[in-house]
Amino acid sequence: MVEPLLAVDRVSCRFGGLLAVNAASLTAGEGRITALIGPNGAGKTTLFSIISGFIRANDGVVRYAGDIITGEPPHRLARRGIARTFQIVQPFVGLSVRENILVGAHLHHRTRDTALAAADQVGRDVGLGDLLDRPADTLTVAGRKRLELARALAIEPKLLLLDEVLAGLNPSEIRDIVPVIRGLCGRGITILMIEHVMQAVMSLAEHVFVLAEGRIIAEGSPAQVVANPIVVEAYLGHGAAVKLGASHER
Amino acid sequence: MKGLFPIISVLAGLAVVPLVAHSNVTLNFLVVALMIALAGQGWNILGGYGGQYSFGHAAFFGTGAYVTAILQMRYGVNAWIAFACGIAASAALGAFLGALTFRSGLRGSYFALVTLAFAEVLRIIASVAPITGAGVGTLLKLDLGVRTLQFQSRAVFYWIILALVGISLVATRLIERSRFGVWLIAVRENEDAAKALGVNANGVKMAAMLISAAMTATAGCFYAQYFLFVDSGIAYGTWISIQALLTPIIGGVGTVFGPLLGALVVKLLGECAKLLAGDAPGLDLIIYGGVLVLVIWFVPRGLIGGLLHLHSLILRRSGPAAPPMEEARHG
Repeated sequence: MVEPLLAVDRVSCRFGGLLAVNAASLTAGEGRITALIGPNGAGKTTLFSIISGFIRANDGVVRYAGDIITGEPPHRLARRGIARTFQIVQPFVGLSVRENILVGAHLHHRTRDTALAAADQVGRDVGLGDLLDRPADTLTVAGRKRLELARALAIEPKLLLLDEVLAGLNPSEIRDIVPVIRGLCGRGITILMIEHVMQAVMSLAEHVFVLAEGRIIAEGSPAQVVANPIVVEAYLGHGAAVKLGASHER
Repeated sequence: MKGLFPIISVLAGLAVVPLVAHSNVTLNFLVVALMIALAGQGWNILGGYGGQYSFGHAAFFGTGAYVTAILQMRYGVNAWIAFACGIAASAALGAFLGALTFRSGLRGSYFALVTLAFAEVLRIIASVAPITGAGVGTLLKLDLGVRTLQFQSRAVFYWIILALVGISLVATRLIERSRFGVWLIAVRENEDAAKALGVNANGVKMAAMLISAAMTATAGCFYAQYFLFVDSGIAYGTWISIQALLTPIIGGVGTVFGPLLGALVVKLLGECAKLLAGDAPGLDLIIYGGVLVLVIWFVPRGLIGGLLHLHSLILRRSGPAAPPMEEARHG
């Protein structure tokens, strides 16, 4: 088996008395889309923050492209090729869409002209081509999600961590953005995504990890995972799987 | 070079003033206004572009002024070298203060409070330490000449400070259009998002602090040469901290010309107040406070920001691409 681009190995993170992430392990295979799902408060975003360097893990190791990267600050990880989006979108509100993307584009383009050209290209790739001159705070929710994606792409990542980029979008907006994400994967970018929209997870992800109360409780293909009684119970409560099974048989 | 034309025109316009106006009062007014503009431009780099609001830029102004004066008076150092040392010492102080605050993650009002306290500590030390002349202050010996950087004519001082302001304007424009400037603004807008995009937020803030300290210190060094006297209240007093942040905020934070415009407006209002009410102590502060409230109320992005907004409104009304709704409303 090929060495995965990202390997999280028994990582734990504690906030005071709360064990937010409890010895969680997962991998993201190079060039593939991996999904991380789980009920609210399971620790998904915390795990993302650990991988991207915003939070220090209390225990465990994160490996990326063969190197141990645990504890490295976010900007160094970005330089290594790890990009993340934020669940609560964080646009630079005082700037235009183009200027927002430019911040990321400058990472690998020193001069203003080449960085602007790169930013415009990324903007067009995610479907913001017509809105580049608009102030970022005038964008719709869907526009902001695209901007979040564009900025992350502008640093030319190898690994892209998407934290609920589809949340808050209506079905037609989701239909529009799913091909964009699939296209990124086609360009060789490895994607690890947190997502609640199961329809998108089913159609995009090749492999799914399920996190509940800080632990990875299941993994497998999307179809395997949704059929797993442990996963159903994590979402709907103890005994739910049996009841659901019974109602299906009836 | 793109974007430098407005700066050159403004500088050229200001440069001919001494040829037209010979009154010492006018020139003195303009020299002080330009000096404040330079101090304000320093604040603007860190506060306007970087979003780190310092309430203690007197620390840099005062260090520049004191180092320039003390090196000359006590150690007989050449005035030009002393001037450069003043700037360097202040930049070093900026690096120290930056390391202290940014590394410990101080932001917003906490950062403002620490800078305020820092300047105040320096003021108290300067008012008792023998090397600064304690309460008496440091007086520079009058010795006219290019070597001693002292001139009889106010016009020469005027051109010197104008040149320094010119350098600060060009530097600010270059920063604005550089990668460093883009990253600095990103840190101001959202530090976490900037970090996620590969921006070394602390490094960027440190660099901004250094440049900021050096610029404001230059104004302080100039003060020492121009007035030939420094004491703790002048060098490290809150007056300069207030003016350094007031001028860019009134003129337009995070804009190249904000501090210059702000300084001229603020100084003009200060003079008007003096004419109206004589030398009533504290009246200028009341006026500044009033203007600050008005500016924040009506043009939160400062006078330049307000002008730009007006400009875009006019463009939109007269431009061919005016949205139909706007036309209907105004038609």
